Amino acid sequence: MESDRTMEHYHMNLNLKVWRQPNSQTPGAFKLYRVENISSEMSFLEMFDVLNEQLIRDGEDPITFDHDCREGICGSCSMYINGKPHGPWAANTTCQLHMRAFHDGDTIVVEPWRANSFPVIKDLMVDRSAFDRIIQAGGYISVNTGNAVDGNSLPVPKDHADQAFAAAMCIGCGACVAACKNSSAMLFLSAKVSHLSLLPQGDPERSSRVVNMVAQMDKEGFGACTNTGACEATCPKEISIANIARLNKEYLLATLTAE
Amino acid sequence: MLDAKIPAGPLPEKWTDYKGHCKLVNPSNKRKLEVIIVGTGLAGASAAASLAELGYQVKAFCFQDSPRRTHSIAAQGGINAAKNYQNDGDSIFRLFYDTIKGGDYRAREANVHRLAEVSGNIIDQCVAQGVPFAREYGGLLSNRSFGGTQVQRTFYAAGQTGQQLLIGAYQALERQVALGNVKMYSRHEMLELVTIDGKARGIIARDLVSGALERHFGHAVLLCTGGYGNVFYLSTNAMGSNVTAAWKAHRNGAYFANPCFTQIHPTCIPVSGDHQSKLTLMSESLRNDGRIWVPAQKNDTRKPTDIAENERDYYLERRYPAFGNLVPRDVASRASKERCDEGYGVGTSKQAVYLDFADAIIRYGKIEISKEGKSNATLEEIIALGKEVVKEKYGNLFDMYEKITGENPYEVPMRIYPAVHYTMGGLWVDYELQTSIPGLYALGEANFSDHGANRLGASALMQGLADGYFVVPYTLGNNLADEIYNKPIATSHPAFEEAENKVSERIQKLMSIQGTQTVESFHKRLGKIIWNQCGMARTESGLKQAIADVQALKKEFWSDVRIPGVVNGMNPELDKANRVADFIELGELMCVDALNRNESCGGHFREEYQTPDGEALRDDANYMYVAAWQFADEHKWELHKEPLVYDVIKPSQRNYK
Ligand SMILES: Cc1cc2nc3c(=O)[nH]c(=O)nc-3n(C[C@H](O)[C@H](O)[C@H](O)COP(=O)(O)OP(=O)(O)OC[C@H]3O[C@@H](n4cnc5c(N)ncnc54)[C@H](O)[C@@H]3O)c2cc1C
Ligand code: SF4
Ligand code: FES
Repeated sequence: MESDRTMEHYHMNLNLKVWRQPNSQTPGAFKLYRVENISSEMSFLEMFDVLNEQLIRDGEDPITFDHDCREGICGSCSMYINGKPHGPWAANTTCQLHMRAFHDGDTIVVEPWRANSFPVIKDLMVDRSAFDRIIQAGGYISVNTGNAVDGNSLPVPKDHADQAFAAAMCIGCGACVAACKNSSAMLFLSAKVSHLSLLPQGDPERSSRVVNMVAQMDKEGFGACTNTGACEATCPKEISIANIARLNKEYLLATLTAE
Repeated sequence: MLDAKIPAGPLPEKWTDYKGHCKLVNPSNKRKLEVIIVGTGLAGASAAASLAELGYQVKAFCFQDSPRRTHSIAAQGGINAAKNYQNDGDSIFRLFYDTIKGGDYRAREANVHRLAEVSGNIIDQCVAQGVPFAREYGGLLSNRSFGGTQVQRTFYAAGQTGQQLLIGAYQALERQVALGNVKMYSRHEMLELVTIDGKARGIIARDLVSGALERHFGHAVLLCTGGYGNVFYLSTNAMGSNVTAAWKAHRNGAYFANPCFTQIHPTCIPVSGDHQSKLTLMSESLRNDGRIWVPAQKNDTRKPTDIAENERDYYLERRYPAFGNLVPRDVASRASKERCDEGYGVGTSKQAVYLDFADAIIRYGKIEISKEGKSNATLEEIIALGKEVVKEKYGNLFDMYEKITGENPYEVPMRIYPAVHYTMGGLWVDYELQTSIPGLYALGEANFSDHGANRLGASALMQGLADGYFVVPYTLGNNLADEIYNKPIATSHPAFEEAENKVSERIQKLMSIQGTQTVESFHKRLGKIIWNQCGMARTESGLKQAIADVQALKKEFWSDVRIPGVVNGMNPELDKANRVADFIELGELMCVDALNRNESCGGHFREEYQTPDGEALRDDANYMYVAAWQFADEHKWELHKEPLVYDVIKPSQRNYK
């Protein structure tokens, strides 16, 4: 995989430049910290644990950041590391970044996601509830519990199922928005639209879904997509930009038929 | 004696009969009834969506920033259902039987049978929601095997089944949010239960962003707050998973059942050092194709690929020829520990065994070659094709392994070791999933109900969704039918006042200690005590020592913990302190329970009670009961026994040989 991988285990001292911001109203600033004797086997968040324990002992306020599963699936973690969402490794989340990506003496700059639609709550933690509201606008299949027919009564061609799954792997982390110079949420949105429109179950609501979700995305203030591809390059789940093309097609189809 | 309210009649008809006779609430009355659901994992999200669809006014809570991130998202391998799509002899009865046997005859027959009955509906529901399960080329659903069974009944979506199921439930939930039937409270943590006249009537929750305490009323309260594996500090659970909600219920009178029944999962990435904050599971589905072995010779330090076939000990295949690598988790974990304790472990720590895919890669490669109709393929070609197949099945797990360890599992065997994974114990509930506090329910991993002393793989997702989609919508109605005349109680009621004061006093107390040790350091120490004395092997003397140690730790915590930050604002250290304080109390109860149970069963292995060949030795005459503990006072509990009656299955010694 990555070229900076080495099985050799080593320790390092690092300088950290971390964004500190008490809340959304108060402006933030970078602060410098030093951590020592960090093992190359640690995860990036474990390095932050070490720093926070140090801050608590020194009577300072520890750094707030989102995290939960620490295995790359919940989409909570969200650090902008050395100018890249989730840091230097490809197809990776912050929690799965390990310290063997760094070397003794490195300075690491850590910021929150920066996008108007993701206001900072504190330090490195941002508010991504806009994503939930986009899903509320139509990112579902309207089927009440108990309404379902037998699972095998609706065969789905394997390649459709596989493509739907590939899109459904999105973890809603928002790195695509953070990577985009326009703060566009198109990759996230297109992943959901693709997941549901590729399956026969999603067909009945196909038009209204895409139209309503796009309207909500605009309302939340996300920017327009200018096809730079930064989202795809940064996505931890390798969601393909082809989904955006599919979204555009679905949208066009839906608005044409509506008129 | 505890009454589980199990309906009369023959086992296969109990649930149908219950549904046919339970009380109903008419649609206009449902709108007047408010239901609080704490937790939006598979159990909570499915319950919230289903109850809101029925018309109840639902308020749902989770501590993450979105319900889509709850711990259920991390489940990997799959979900069981008795569909018998493979025509390999599966049936509701067989799923029921496997689950009871897998649980080492410490689960309730009626609940487990109901679980097996609704299992098929779960798959149908999820497919209808658009969950992209794995499919065969013909377009039909695909299945695989899991431990403790001999049929293929596990439905899956690569190694991300939990993610896909949760996204399905989350979307159903968000749809109800959009319709105004559910009000969602993210970044909120329940810190107290409110009871009025002996009934659960609400909660006190902390808004984790503003720090404000809030009062919420409900005609009923559902706890869907997950398991307590993080009492061990290191586990495969998400960092935030905790016991606080269940523990508050317990301190308010809800019985806690079988707390010592915890599951240590055999295949996890081993601990790499003191910095370790959590452990990562390598799904049980890998045991379909991976073979587990250690060197046949002690302290063998050669590279695994240099150790010849006849110098390896495939100890599960050797000891359990009938089930081989697919024995249940408790059996597999103990067998690894046994080998490592005897000096056969591998890796720098010697606390690891190999999980090897070399044979599977060649086997799949050959199948691909023959599909292509080639006759003279080279070994390299076979291996290349085989790797592709393995990648499709387990790619994300292999990637995860490589990210964490820096080793490529397609080339060298994985190193694995058992780790804490799941908790079978939990709040005691009756057949209706109601706890011993009327109006308080527990669903999913938070209750104790279906897995006895050991859970079979792919059955937690099944249980969480069964509880939420198909059980509680009936059983809640049966009880709420009597509530339709009760107007919502104003949260100015003294009971709310008192509960809120209790929470704020505790927070003030925690913040005022200003000692010298961090919350994390206490949590680590608690974890070590519990892992060493109440983990894979337990003894009377060890448990007694652990109880004394945990009591001492509790004193130290409450006099020397240091919590930075403010009360009225975001303060993750304070949140953690609240959780760790409860884990400490639970840790003591786990040891008390383990000490009480003078037998070995499932994941509970008391060294004093084993067969000559080292298997768990049950004592059905004295311990065939659910141990339900009632909180009496600090360090004091009263034991209530719910006898387990087996009408249909005859308990025997589990045999996987
Ligand atoms: C790595 C891993 C892999 C697994 N793989 C499988 C598998 O393949 N198949 C299988 O069947 N099972 C598997 N399991 C087990 C299964 O995932 C869990 O048992 C199940 O998801 C639990 O679901 P739940 O809804 O009960 O709880 P959870 O998903 O844990 O949800 C708990 C909810 O409660 C909330 N909460 C908790 N406390 C509070 C509080 N005080 N206030 C407010 N909210 C609170 C949380 O925010 C969360 O929403 C796996 C488990 C792990 C750890
Ligand atoms: S598309 Fe990728 S980057 Fe964007 S939210 Fe989903 S997983 Fe994250
Ligand atoms: S913490 Fe869950 S994806 Fe990083």
